[in-house]
Order: sequence, then structure tokens, then C-alpha cells
Amino acid sequence: MANPLLEVRHISKGFDGTGVLEDVSLTVHEGEVLVVVGPSGCGKSTLLRCINGLERIDSGEILLRGKPITGEKRDLVAVRQKVGMVFQSYDLFPHMDVMGNLLLGPTKALRRPKAEVEAEAMAMLKRVGLEEKAHALPRTLSGGQKQRVALVRAMLMKPEMLLLDEITAALDPEMVREVLNVVLDLAKEGMTMAIVTHEMRFAEAVADRVIFLEGGVIVEEGAPAQFFHHPKTERARQFLNTFVYEAAKKQSENSADA
Amino acid sequence: MDWTFIQRFTPMYAEAALLTLRMGLTGIALSMAVGLLCCLAQHYRLPALRQIARAYIELARNTPLLVQLFFLYFGLPKVGVRLSSETCAVIGLTFLGGAYMAEAFRSGLEAVDKTQREAGECLGLTGLQNLRYVIFPQALATAVPAVCANVIFLTKETSVFSAVALADLMYVAKDLIGMYYKTDEALLMLVAAYLVLLLPISVVFSWLERRLRYAGFGRAA
Repeated sequence: MANPLLEVRHISKGFDGTGVLEDVSLTVHEGEVLVVVGPSGCGKSTLLRCINGLERIDSGEILLRGKPITGEKRDLVAVRQKVGMVFQSYDLFPHMDVMGNLLLGPTKALRRPKAEVEAEAMAMLKRVGLEEKAHALPRTLSGGQKQRVALVRAMLMKPEMLLLDEITAALDPEMVREVLNVVLDLAKEGMTMAIVTHEMRFAEAVADRVIFLEGGVIVEEGAPAQFFHHPKTERARQFLNTFVYEAAKKQSENSADA
Repeated sequence: MDWTFIQRFTPMYAEAALLTLRMGLTGIALSMAVGLLCCLAQHYRLPALRQIARAYIELARNTPLLVQLFFLYFGLPKVGVRLSSETCAVIGLTFLGGAYMAEAFRSGLEAVDKTQREAGECLGLTGLQNLRYVIFPQALATAVPAVCANVIFLTKETSVFSAVALADLMYVAKDLIGMYYKTDEALLMLVAAYLVLLLPISVVFSWLERRLRYAGFGRAA
């Protein structure tokens, strides 16, 4: 495995006295895709938000390429230029068209020439099948289209790493696929990613390594084939079973309808 | 109705209208500046400044402009500060308007989703860049209707300037009534003058509000 890109060391984070993350440590290597799964409220999103400084950690430290990005002297703007993040709610800027959304970061934060970024943006839009939407306003796009734009927006910053926080949770099933295809594509190209998701099949397909988080602690960690098919802990087994149960229930409902 | 009277004094009204407009616009522009500062002090929870802004807003919004003007024009000279009518009028209007503008801007800023700020931060924008390109355009679009209402409200409030001996529209009308007993004509011209001032503003604002609905901005780059 290549060099560690991101190291999270013994971080803890609480909100108003309630512990959300407790002594969490993990490493993401260059080119690796780490998937974090776990029940709602287990601290998955908080973990990602701590990594790029949207939440302040209470203790521990986080290193990017061996350099601390937490603590007093941290430079959040610099960190965020290297670590991209995409959210469940897309969060495109509603007052700008798609191209405006894509250009803002690279031209303002990175001060790159507009024409150059524009060409890159068009190429990326083409790749995700949205070149015709370059001058559409976000509110005219479907959820899946918005999320693809959000992914392109993050990628245009040429980040060293991407954090994806339940990016398909707000999408209709048929749109989930078009977004996940883009992510799978990025993974194939060697993009380093930390992904929080509830799509277990996708998690298995995209992950190099899986972390199961519950109650703010890492309960299990392993390769996807092992975690999804032969989980070591009882808790992970129960968690994975809830998905099997849901699928089974859906199946019995469908056959009842027919 | 005495039309020759109306004809004769129209220039006088026009002059007063210009004065009203000038005082009004100056006061409103300053109100916006004061409002913006107060709103930012509150939004960013600047220690001390934030409490001062809050106290000022409550004071300004809960006392009548007439009282504020009397304080400036008749009260301050007693402690040795003598201001001209015009200065008093502008300061008074700014004092009142700043509070209303602060609240209008605040409603706009608060309407911008927290996740928008985070999205901007995640693109590596600095705090100022985020404000300028992401937050303010959206906040402004939301605040426009309230700001427009304030502009019209403040323009109308200029009618109390006459109380501190400023020769605005109201003052001229009272003067003419007192001198010639032409109450109907003087009041008709007064109403007409205010409408001439405010209707165009109102029309422009309705158009602006329609354009900015959905915080859409048409096609901003």
C-alpha cells in the first residue's frame, strides 16, 4: 500500500456533553477508497466533518500527508483546497448557473485563469453527461444531476482527497445509480476517497476497506469481501442483517401484490 | 379649486420635493451603511458591538422619528451641540432607518442556509470570498422586499422634517395654508408631490422583486 495520505489519531468529539466520536483512529492511503458504514447517528458524518474542519475536534489530531491539520495553527482554507467534500443536500449555489458553480472555487480560491478552468469544466461535464446543462440554473436540474454537478465542482479543485457524505441519501433510486457510477469511475482512476453511505451494494463495490462505526467507536474494520460476507463482530452482523431483512420484506410485499 | 394658485406655487413644491428627495436619499444611503454594520455585528456575534447594535436597534425602532428629531434639534443645543436643520434631519432619518435596515439585512442573512456557507468553505474560499460570492448575493435577494419597503417608509417619514424647520413638502404645504387659507389646493399638491416622488420608486421596486424571486438572478455568471 502507498503512503498514508490521511491519518486520524485518537480523535474525540462531543456535542453539549454527549460523545459523538470516541477515540477514533484511522488511516487512508493514497489511492484508497475507505467506506464508513453504520447506523444513523453513529458519528459517520461527524467524522467526515471533523476531517475538513467543519467541526472542531475535542482531542486527538488529524494529519494530511504527515502534517497536522488540527490544532491552533491550522490553516483551514489550505486544507479545504486539498480535501474536497460533497454533501447529501448537493448545496449548489442557487444564484449561479452550473458553470458559475464550477468556476467559483478554482478561479477565486485557487486563482486560476477562467478560460483554462472553463475548458476543464466542460470536459468534466461531458464525462458525467451534463455538458448541455452548463448554463442551466441548479433549480432546473434533477437531484441526480445536481449531485453530479456537485461532484464535478469538488473535483475541479483537483483535491488530493474527496469526502462524500451520504451523497445519494436524498435521491430517488433511479438517480442513485447515475451518481454512484461517477464515483465508481473516480475510484477506478485512483481518487482517494472517504465515503459515508447507506448503499451497501455500492459500498462493497467501491471500497478497498470498510469501517463499521457504532456509538462513535470503530467496531470493525476490514476488507469489503470479508466485512460484508463474514463480519467478525456480532454488531456488524446485526447491522448488515437489517438490510437483508429489508430486502426480504420488500420481496414478500412484491409477491403479495402480484 | 383655484388652478392659478396651483400653477403659481408648483415651482415651490418642486423645490421642496427636491429637498425632501435629497434629504431622504442621503438618510437612506446612510441607513443602509449603518444597518449593514449593525447586522454584521450581530450576525458574527462580535463581543460588545453586538450588544450595542441590539440596544440601538431597540431604541431607534421604539421611539418616534419626531421625538428623535426634537432631541437632536431642541435637546442637543442645551448641551452645547448646535446642528443645522438639514444635519438633524439626515441624522434623525439615519438613526431610525439604520435600525430598520439592520433588521431587513439580518432577515436576509439568516435566510441563507448554513450549508451554503459550508459548501463555500469546502471549496477553499476565504471567509470574505464566501461572503462576497456565496452569502451576500443570496442574502440580498431575500432582503430586497424588506429593504424596498423600508425605503418607501423612510421617504414618507421625511414628512416630519418640517417640525425642525426644514422647508420640505410638508412645511411648504403648512406654510401656504397658513398664509392663503387655500387648504384644498395646498393639500392636493402635497399628495400629488408625494405620489410623484414615490410611485416611480414603487414601480421600480416591484420589478426588482419580481426579477429576484427564488434568489434566481436570471443568469449570473
